[in-house]
Amino acid sequence: MAAAQIKRMTPYMFLAPAAAIMIVGLLYPIGYMVYASFLDWNPSQRIGEADFVGLRNYVTLLNDAAFRESAGVTLTFSAIVVVVEMVIGVGLALLLDRNIRGISVLRTLFILPMMIAPIVVGLMWRYMYHPSVGIFNQTLKEWGFEPIPWLSDSGWALTSIIIADIWQWTPFIFILALAALQSLPRTSLEAARIDGASGWQQIVYIKLPLMMPVLVVTALLRLIDSFKVLEVILVMTNGGPGLSTEILSLRISRTASEFRELGLAAAMSNYLLLILLTLTVIMFVYNKVVESRAQAIRQQAEEA
Amino acid sequence: MPRIRFDSVEKRFGQTMVLPPFDLDFDDGEFTVLVGPSGCGKSTTLRMLAGLEEVTSGEIWFDDRPISRLEPKDRDIAMVFQDYALYPHMNIAKNMSFALRLQKVPKAEIDAKVAKVAEMLGIEQLLGRKPGELSGGQRQRVAMGRALVRDASTFLFDEPLSNLDAKLRGKMRTELAEMRNTLDKNMVYVTHDQVEAMTLGDRIVVMANGLVQQQGSAEDLFKTPANKFVAGFIGSPTMNFLDATLVDDGGTLTAQGPGFSFALPPSMRERTAGLSGPEVIAGIRPASFALAPDDAPAGSRIDLSIKVSEYLGTQTILVTTCGDHEILVELDSGARFQRGTTMGFVVDPETIMIFDKKTELRL
Ligand SMILES: Nc1ncnc2c1ncn2[C@@H]1O[C@H](COP(=O)(O)OP(=O)(O)O)[C@@H](O)[C@H]1O
Ligand SMILES: [Mg+2]
Repeated sequence: MAAAQIKRMTPYMFLAPAAAIMIVGLLYPIGYMVYASFLDWNPSQRIGEADFVGLRNYVTLLNDAAFRESAGVTLTFSAIVVVVEMVIGVGLALLLDRNIRGISVLRTLFILPMMIAPIVVGLMWRYMYHPSVGIFNQTLKEWGFEPIPWLSDSGWALTSIIIADIWQWTPFIFILALAALQSLPRTSLEAARIDGASGWQQIVYIKLPLMMPVLVVTALLRLIDSFKVLEVILVMTNGGPGLSTEILSLRISRTASEFRELGLAAAMSNYLLLILLTLTVIMFVYNKVVESRAQAIRQQAEEA
Repeated sequence: MPRIRFDSVEKRFGQTMVLPPFDLDFDDGEFTVLVGPSGCGKSTTLRMLAGLEEVTSGEIWFDDRPISRLEPKDRDIAMVFQDYALYPHMNIAKNMSFALRLQKVPKAEIDAKVAKVAEMLGIEQLLGRKPGELSGGQRQRVAMGRALVRDASTFLFDEPLSNLDAKLRGKMRTELAEMRNTLDKNMVYVTHDQVEAMTLGDRIVVMANGLVQQQGSAEDLFKTPANKFVAGFIGSPTMNFLDATLVDDGGTLTAQGPGFSFALPPSMRERTAGLSGPEVIAGIRPASFALAPDDAPAGSRIDLSIKVSEYLGTQTILVTTCGDHEILVELDSGARFQRGTTMGFVVDPETIMIFDKKTELRL
């Protein structure tokens, strides 16, 4: 074999272990799941014994009111948490992007919630939401208000888990927004001050537009992540009362373990995967477009 | 146009004293250049004037109005930054009109003003582009245009040409000099380049180590520098400094050192009378040297051995040595100079400057 050929092969040899791990650890389970979604499969059967039913599981799901409600809950939950977390997170970043004594301590405090294990967050909030001994109702009682059935009322439960999620994940937006803010061109902001922009006008006309690429990616990341939330809600409400907080990932786990419908659960997972894949592709394409536009512009400028 | 006055303005960053208290006074409609080596506090001075940096103590006056606590937007200033500081997400027209749009100036008026300035700077065809799509020189023009559209009373420039290549810098320098004549504005211009300072400034303020060394016209600074620093900083090639001893040589005051002895003009005797000792520094500009005629008296000539000869067209710069000193000589390119040879030179006594060795002040 020619030396040049060996040289050309070298990178692939280095890539091989990673590729092998990816095939075994990622593609195999996904393929398995896709195959399973075409089966009528009970956990007591081996996979070979299950009946092949084609697309029946997918069709069943589309006609299943409970699944549709669960999808609706997921979409509502995700839409609300992402919007609220973006607003609060970016707002906080804009507020705390300054050099005041003690600001770095404050910043560190703000990102603590993100570092707590989800199960712990769930337990913590369940305790705080406790109808009689929880801090919220205790406080309400002290102030002379009626207690609120945080987790036991189907009207309140979704709001309650949304609040907990906002508490946990706003810091994520906050640190990314802060990083974006601090990498803005400093002199452009100074130029804006000289041009007469007030603090608010600097935010609206300079800071936010320049942060936009980072914010779009951040929002998409958060959106993808919020579709997959499980533990916190599992611990707090386990999907109840009724189906009011039964987000998709919870429904999938219940379909598999309680209803013992592995095929159906797999089909549901694939629907979720499809949504996430779409979002990821959007993000990827957006990044590519921004990047290639920047590159084209740079090239043009250099030629000029 | 307001008259700008710094009144014992001082600037510290935390504990670090960057600018000890100083006074400055800019005349109405004057083009003032702050010049000095990098890190001497020029930008800080300009930024305090702009309101981007707080004054630690003292006051800045626009006529009889104290402005050191005002926001930048309330100072009626426009500024051109070294890195241009354009708004990357706005096209050129939007960049230039930003301030006017914030002031809610009617659109027709904005368009007219932008068009007029764009034409003046020759950037009409760029108005629809983004800053990232321009070359360095074009960006520089846009930054200038953005300031001009503002029609502020005072223009501040922080090294606006230093990111351009040499040729473009020369061209922009000329254009700026023209612009200075057509615009009746206060201009304060910061640069580390003494050539820019000399060609542009009505008044030049030389700074070093946070201290104002001297201010005056280009001619003042060149002909009567206050101290050794200014003498060395202004003028190119730079002035030669020789350690010398003042000796009374038969009624003539002379500055002597290893290998040289210059007769000084009679007026120097009086000026050096207050010195505590005879040790001084003699400053001689490279252009003050001339080839010694054959009949030059031995006492007035200096023999220099030529190390390098730099041919620049009309002029030739000789790098020569005299004992331990390295001496630059600038001559018309008539004669030919051989490396390694030693030649005799004479110096016009009137052009020799004498500096106090301790205070470095010119005598
Ligand atoms: N924000 C700052 N914090 C601390 N020191 C600073 C700051 N800005 C400037 N300095 C210091 O002040 C001095 C003068 O800086 P500057 O005015 O930028 O100099 P110049 O523009 O003449 O090169 C330098 O020693 C610099 O390190
Ligand atoms: Mg500077």
